[in-house]
Amino acid sequence: MAPELQNARKTDTVFRTENLNIYYGDFLAVRDITIEIHKNKITAFIGPSGCGKSTVLRCFNRLNDLIQSFHMDGKLFYRDQDLYAAEIDPVEVRRQIGMVFQKPNPFPKSIYDNIAFGPRLLGYKGDMDELVERSLKQAALWDDVKDKLKEMGTDLSGGQQQRLCIARAIAVQPDVILMDEPCSSLDPISTLKVEDLLQELKEKYTILIVTHNMQQASRASDRTAFFNVEANAKGQRTGYIVEYDRTEVIFQSPQEQATQAYVSGRFG
Amino acid sequence: MASSELATAPNMKRSPTSPRTLFSSVMTVVTFACAALALIPLVAVLSYVLINGASSLRLDVFTQLPPAPGLKGGGFGNALVGTLLTVGIASVLSIPFGVMAAIFLAEFYRDTKLAETINFLTNVLSGVPSIVIGAFAYALVVLSTGTFSAVAGGFALAVLMLPTIVRTATEALESVPGDFRQAAIGLGATRFQTTLRIVLPAALPAIITGVILAIARAAGETAPILFTASTSRYWVRSIWEPTATMSRLVFDFATAPYERQQELAWAGSLVLVTLVLATSILSRWIVRKR
Repeated sequence: MAPELQNARKTDTVFRTENLNIYYGDFLAVRDITIEIHKNKITAFIGPSGCGKSTVLRCFNRLNDLIQSFHMDGKLFYRDQDLYAAEIDPVEVRRQIGMVFQKPNPFPKSIYDNIAFGPRLLGYKGDMDELVERSLKQAALWDDVKDKLKEMGTDLSGGQQQRLCIARAIAVQPDVILMDEPCSSLDPISTLKVEDLLQELKEKYTILIVTHNMQQASRASDRTAFFNVEANAKGQRTGYIVEYDRTEVIFQSPQEQATQAYVSGRFG
Repeated sequence: MASSELATAPNMKRSPTSPRTLFSSVMTVVTFACAALALIPLVAVLSYVLINGASSLRLDVFTQLPPAPGLKGGGFGNALVGTLLTVGIASVLSIPFGVMAAIFLAEFYRDTKLAETINFLTNVLSGVPSIVIGAFAYALVVLSTGTFSAVAGGFALAVLMLPTIVRTATEALESVPGDFRQAAIGLGATRFQTTLRIVLPAALPAIITGVILAIARAAGETAPILFTASTSRYWVRSIWEPTATMSRLVFDFATAPYERQQELAWAGSLVLVTLVLATSILSRWIVRKR
C-alpha cells in the first residue's frame, strides 16, 4: 500500500469531488459532479436509466480507465489525495476501493479460491483459511457454504454468488466498497439479505451503491444523490446531480421538483 | 379479422401435392444426398488406407529401419521418431510464441488498429501454401546451417502452426466474459495478473484444442518437410542432421517400384491417419470435459 494512501484513511470525508465532467470521446456523459461521500455511511445514487450514476461510481476506483475513450476533468479526492494525480497507481487505488458488480461475477474457481484470489495477489502472509472464513461470515454466506468450500463458486445460486462477490471484495480489506446495482439480478429474498448485510458492513466500510430501486435506496441508505439526465440540441444525453442530501430529506421533503416527481414515481 | 368472427376454421390440412410442400420435400432429399456424397471421399480414403495398411501392419514396423530396396521386412521406426521429433520442435517454437501473441492481441491491444493488422497478416500467413513455407525454411535454416535437419523441418512446421494457434487462442481468450476481467481488476489485479490467473485458465481448454489441431495438421504435412528435414535411412542421432519423417516416407515409398516399400507406405499412411485422428479426438474430449 502506498504510504500516502495509508495516511489518507484518517479523515472523515472519504471522497470529495469538484466539478467532475466525464467524457467518452467528445460526448459529455456526466457534468458538474460535486459531492462529498461520508465515512461509514451508505450513499445511494438513484436516477433514471442513462443518467450516468454507474459512470460516476466507476470513477471512484478508476475502473473507467479501462475504457479507451474515457477522460475526465475536475478533481476527485480520496481522503485529500487526488486520485487522478499522475503518481497514483490505479491498481493500488482498486485495492483500497473494492467493487461489487451488477451481475454476480464469481471466478470459475472454487468458493475458497474466489475469496483467496485477492489476498494472494497482495501476497497475504496470514492464515488464509481464517481470512476466508471471516470474509464469508461478514458476507453472511459462511453457513451456506462452509461444507462445500471446494465447490465451484459459479454453482451457487444468484443471491449466494452476489454475497460471494461481496465476501471476495471484503477479503482484501478495502476502505470503501462500490456497488453497482448489486441486487438488480436477484430475487426479492436475496435482495433483502444483501440489504441487511449492507447495514452490518457499514460499521467497517464506507459504501456507495447505485440502485434502480427507490425502495432500496430509502430502506438501505443514509444519504442519497438523485441524478437526472437532459438532452442537448444534438440529442446527446448528459447526466447531472439534481439533489444530494440525507435519504429522508430526498424522499420526504426534497427541494427540487424533479426529485419530488422521481421519488413519488411520476417518472423514471 | 378477429378469430371470434370466423364461422369455420380455415383449411389447415396437409396437402402433400401442393407445390410448396413438394419443393420442400425435394430440397430436403437433395441436401441429404449432397451431405452423403460429401462423406464418400472420407469413408473411401479411410477404408482404403485401413484395408491396405492393416495387412502389413505388424509390431516390428514400429521398431525397425526401412529395408534396402528389394529386401523383405523392415519398418519405419526411425520415421516415426523423426515425425515426433520435428513436430516436437515445431511445438516448442510455435506454442509459446502463438499463445503470447494471442494474449497481446486479445488482452492488451484488443480492438486497436495494430491488433487488426496483425490479425489480418496472421490470416494471410495461414493461406500461404505450405510448399512456400518449406522453401522459406530451406532458404533460412537449411542454407544457413548447411544441412537438412529436424530443426529446419520443425521450423517450417512451426511457421505452419503459428497462424492456427494465434487465431484459436485469440478467439478463446476473447470469448472469456469481460465480467471476470472486471472482477479481477476491481480486486486490484494488474492486467497481466488478470490474464495469467483468470483469463488464461478459463480459456485453456479451447487453447489446448487449437494447439492439438495445429499439431495434428503439422504431423501430416509433407511439403514443408520435403526439403527441410529431408530424409534418412538411419535412426536419429542429432537434431542437426537429415531426419526421416512419416509423411516423407509415405511420399518416397508409395512411388517406389518395390512391393515391400509400397506395403510400408500403406502401413505408414494408416499410422499417420491414426495419429491425426487420435489427436483430433483427444482435443474434442478436452473440450467436452470442460
